[in-house]
Amino acid sequence: MKDKSIAYKIFTVCNTIVLTLIALACLYPFFYVVVASISDPNELIKHNGLLFRPLNDITFAGYKMVFNNKLVLSGYKNTMIILVVGLVFNLILTTMGAYVLSLKELMLRKPLTILVIITMYFSGGMVPAYLNIRSLGLMDSLWSLIIPGAISTSNLIIMRSAFMSVPESLSEAAKMDGASHGKILIKVMLPLVKATLAVMVLYYGVSHWNAWFNSSIYLRTSSKYPLQLVLRNILIESQTTDMMSDIGAAESPQVLQLLKYSLIVVSSLPIMAIYPFLQKFFQKGVMMGAVKG
Amino acid sequence: MKKSKKAAGCNVSFGIRLKKDLKKNYAAYLIFLPVLIYYIIFAYKPMYGLIIAFKNYTPAKGIMESAWADNYGLGHFIKFFNSYYFLRLLKNTLTISLSTLLVTFPAPIILALLLNEVRAKKFKKTVQTLSYMPHFISTVVICSMIHLFVGGNGFITNALSALGLAEGGISLLSHEKMFVPTYVISELWQTIGWSAIIYISALAGIDQELYEAARIDGANRWKQTLHITIPSIMVTIIMMFILKIGTVMSLGHEKIILLYNPGIYNTADVISSYVYRKGLLESNWSFSTAVGFFNSVINLTLVIVSNKICKKKTDMGLW
Repeated sequence: MKDKSIAYKIFTVCNTIVLTLIALACLYPFFYVVVASISDPNELIKHNGLLFRPLNDITFAGYKMVFNNKLVLSGYKNTMIILVVGLVFNLILTTMGAYVLSLKELMLRKPLTILVIITMYFSGGMVPAYLNIRSLGLMDSLWSLIIPGAISTSNLIIMRSAFMSVPESLSEAAKMDGASHGKILIKVMLPLVKATLAVMVLYYGVSHWNAWFNSSIYLRTSSKYPLQLVLRNILIESQTTDMMSDIGAAESPQVLQLLKYSLIVVSSLPIMAIYPFLQKFFQKGVMMGAVKG
Repeated sequence: MKKSKKAAGCNVSFGIRLKKDLKKNYAAYLIFLPVLIYYIIFAYKPMYGLIIAFKNYTPAKGIMESAWADNYGLGHFIKFFNSYYFLRLLKNTLTISLSTLLVTFPAPIILALLLNEVRAKKFKKTVQTLSYMPHFISTVVICSMIHLFVGGNGFITNALSALGLAEGGISLLSHEKMFVPTYVISELWQTIGWSAIIYISALAGIDQELYEAARIDGANRWKQTLHITIPSIMVTIIMMFILKIGTVMSLGHEKIILLYNPGIYNTADVISSYVYRKGLLESNWSFSTAVGFFNSVINLTLVIVSNKICKKKTDMGLW
């Protein structure tokens, strides 16, 4: 602050350099991917070291392949369906559960809360969960990605804290006027916890957007795959036969690499464009999640 | 005589009180019903399914009808403990998890402290926003970027081979020894900015008067940091550390599954990825469930113990 010693000045300079390097380290890989996605694929495969501008002529061939691919398009569509339908389930069930667990007058509040919280620390694990989904007949259906994840307990606890922080006198006043629980929840409580609801939408939304694992074990039909699973298959397992036949190209490593870079850009661009605006909501969620009570 | 009457009275009144409560608040309980059903079907039913760890489960017979495993139902556990994989998996899980903790725990604290010294608001904000970026990208995309960068032609492989630290032209992920460093460094890159949030806000909450007082006493920036800043966020640091300890065994399987390959199972295979392979890919339902069960029990113990320590040290805990 008012420290004007030489040592502090030296520190300030070093600090600025270190922080700049950290920021660049976080940014550069994305920059590299974007530049690589429009570079000449033959030059790219021969290139050593860092990229600072596209190699040779700019090409959009990778993007053409991405947008011509049926699986990528259907993946986007499926992810959107899961996101929207899933969010509706998430919000309804989470608020219902959180509201009831926030009611101090309920005798069974404690046991029910414990019942819910246990699931945060103990679960049946991967195989019993899988067998459960199978026995419910949800295999190969998008519902297997929506219903089992309808409530995240940690989100429910955050929501409950939000309800509990609303002054009791408000709901009591509504009760005096003869309002039912449903009415109190919708008309009184929800408008007061809008900020937390926004956090819930973001948290649930991001987890739907990023999910790939469950779809990889529950889904069989490739036209039902969500985007992340399509990405996994192409980017990591390099299952591109279908993609290559679309454009009639030989499966050359050059083209494959270009395709991968373009695919990363296409699938991450939406979130990269909006996250600076979302980050304050997420920060709020992190802080709310840190003080559970 | 008096005592028993009182006890009986208590019992009756509890039943009556509960009945009254259910009657009076039936609407609230009704609202909770779908939530309860959800938890029973999707959380408690799989817990019940853990029984198959003690049986030789076949889908045709179902959980109840399947025969018990040998050795009083503990056969699968014994088989796992005696197998060659047991020590390897335990070692890998602990190595990856603890080295990740060692690197990714202090780094965000240091980042937060460094950011705290920045006076230029715009610069501070820019650094912060950029450092969050990897956190917002999906695991699949992050892992595919890792594959591309450390692959045979990746720029990280090239840079390392130029320094003589790796062979050129060969993916780092095909070397046994390179998996842990690759994993840990990518974790650091992904989480440093995001994990710093909690420390940054703890730093923002420090009473500025403390600094004023220290300055009057002639403390320079370094001394202020040492004697005010760090002690002030110590509670947060301890709390975060103890909570992290509780998750050592629950190493996420997703990233490992996306990064590893059969060639490096020796160092990269962890308990959860093994459960995935044995159970879901090879359909060894019962054995895999037993392995997963073993892991969950250790996990739960760690969470409970660390929560206890956390409560003792900081008065804060998960419950």
